[in-house]
Amino acid sequence: MEAFTTYTGRGVPLRRSNVDTDQIIPAVWLKQVSRTGFEKGLFSAWREDPEFVLNKPEYAGAGVLLAGPDFGTGSSREHAVWALQQYGFRVVVAPRFGDIFRNNATKMGLLPVVLPAETVEALQTRAERDPAAEITVDLERREVRAGDLTVAFDIDDYTRWRLLEGLDDIGLTLRHADDIAAFEQDRAGWLPTTV
Amino acid sequence: MGRTLAEKVYDAHVVRRAEGEPDLLYIDLHLVHEVTSPQAFDGLRLNDRPVRRPDLTIATEDHNVPTTDLLKPIADPVSRTQVETLRKNCAEFGVRLHPMGDDGQGIVHVIGPQLGLTQPGMTVVCGDSHTSTHGAFGALAHGIGTSEVEHVLATQTLPQVKPKMMAVTVEGALPPGVTAKDLILAIIARIGTGGGQGHIIEYRGEAIRALSMEGRMTVCNMSIEAGARAGMIAPDETTFAYLKGRPNAPQGADWDTAVAYWKSLVTDDDAVFDKEVVIDAAALTPFVTWGTNPGQGLPLGDAVPDPASYADPDARQAAERALEYMGLTAGTPLREIAVDTVFVGSCTNGRIEDLRAVADVLSGRRVADGVRMLVVPGSMKVKQQAEREGLHEVISASGAEWREAGCSMCLAMNPDKLTPGERSASTSNRNFEGRQGPGGRTHLVSPAVAAATAVTGRLSAPADL
Repeated sequence: MEAFTTYTGRGVPLRRSNVDTDQIIPAVWLKQVSRTGFEKGLFSAWREDPEFVLNKPEYAGAGVLLAGPDFGTGSSREHAVWALQQYGFRVVVAPRFGDIFRNNATKMGLLPVVLPAETVEALQTRAERDPAAEITVDLERREVRAGDLTVAFDIDDYTRWRLLEGLDDIGLTLRHADDIAAFEQDRAGWLPTTV
Repeated sequence: MGRTLAEKVYDAHVVRRAEGEPDLLYIDLHLVHEVTSPQAFDGLRLNDRPVRRPDLTIATEDHNVPTTDLLKPIADPVSRTQVETLRKNCAEFGVRLHPMGDDGQGIVHVIGPQLGLTQPGMTVVCGDSHTSTHGAFGALAHGIGTSEVEHVLATQTLPQVKPKMMAVTVEGALPPGVTAKDLILAIIARIGTGGGQGHIIEYRGEAIRALSMEGRMTVCNMSIEAGARAGMIAPDETTFAYLKGRPNAPQGADWDTAVAYWKSLVTDDDAVFDKEVVIDAAALTPFVTWGTNPGQGLPLGDAVPDPASYADPDARQAAERALEYMGLTAGTPLREIAVDTVFVGSCTNGRIEDLRAVADVLSGRRVADGVRMLVVPGSMKVKQQAEREGLHEVISASGAEWREAGCSMCLAMNPDKLTPGERSASTSNRNFEGRQGPGGRTHLVSPAVAAATAVTGRLSAPADL
């Protein structure tokens, strides 16, 4: 996983609530068997509209998506995270996230930042007034800084540590292979198997 | 202090607990399909890791499979490659696979329960958000992303933080003609698409106890649409009767041991929920969605809402966008909305009881002129059972199309899709923009409402016929 410490870049205001993962990456893009090339599918239906915010040249290259509440609801497709990252986003800020999306993001090093709705709104307004204005998302200090605004965000210590170090969960878990084997010894014999 | 059903199942699966770290939770059953697994198998290969427990893993082909011409190769080369990749991966890593055309093939959340692989007290995961379906058995079941699919393949565990607990209690009895689908749509409309975030929902109360296993699966299936990763229902005699005799259910003395354990899987009287919602079943009527998220639903007797009536600015803006996308005008009675397509199927409503409900309504009737109706069984076994009961004859005689098993038009990854602007009444689980095909417009409904709608060509309940 890509490590995340601090990112400074511009923000894209996406003033919509309930942006489900079907919108982030429509199902037709899920047929690929590789992990690359998903940036082309990011919001592909909405990008057909020339007025869609990602089509505005002033937001090209921005790395912070400023989204409405309930971002990433619906389907568990991790492709949504891959698409956002491959397009160039490092952070998504929203008042609320779908649980699975948020979890997938932290596995991949895309930082989901939960901030109060009024704060997200203020950041969106700022990015609309001045698309060149920069936002700093500092995971070490757990804060977002934008002009005069400095606001703290919550993230649990363990997830923060994993992101800062860019650690792979599987490697961490396999250190406890003995615990897993011991648990397996005690499982009831009547539990089903697929073979 | 007492524990909830979910806490009991969770606690029984903790492999390792350490201060400042997530718990490591053991996974009893891992369901795999072609869409969210190829990159996970690639990850194993890259790190030279085996599948730790192929004997607790099962795969099926469902999302991409065509529902016609099963014996021909898949026409879409990208879909074909994805299905062939699953076959190659399952062969290489020793995972049991039910491919297209196989008797055991079907939607991943239909075949687990059908085989008796899904049992009370188990932990079940799958790279699919509708894994919550399996919670109907009192299993702790949730959807995961591809990174976690790889994690479970490699370790048979997942790092987890114990979720919060939410009770949805449905008191009283559902009136005649009101189904499990109407109930869950009403619950989602009440608590919202974010209402269950961070929680496991336990569905309780008289109306839940009265549901069949199929009905309970419909309810738990859509927990994710209320934002909850998992929904659960305590196992009872209905659960045991459904499981007994299934191929992977315990047998002989094991059955008695298992049932004794399963009976302990109830929420203690003194357990505490973080959140509680009470629903009056008697007040419910057939329920349909009008918008582009599953929380945008209303009783069929109502009219398309006026966005101005929402106090919350986000809800108002979402309603405005939804009406524009759906091509609807505020104030139009929902019963006046005409549809082009009716889809019956999916992991929400593709089981035998759903097909019986559809055949009941269609019997002696015709699908309205100009309406296309697809009936897609959830699995090949469901299809065979329906054919033994003659349901396919009733369905075909009405003018509906009787198809092979798969996810089909629920998410339009196979050739079954809406064209831009086309409107459907669908028994599936998501009315998101473009979900059933780019530009398609979806109204979520129960199987009975779907069938009645097919007959009249407008959103209708059987009582309207």
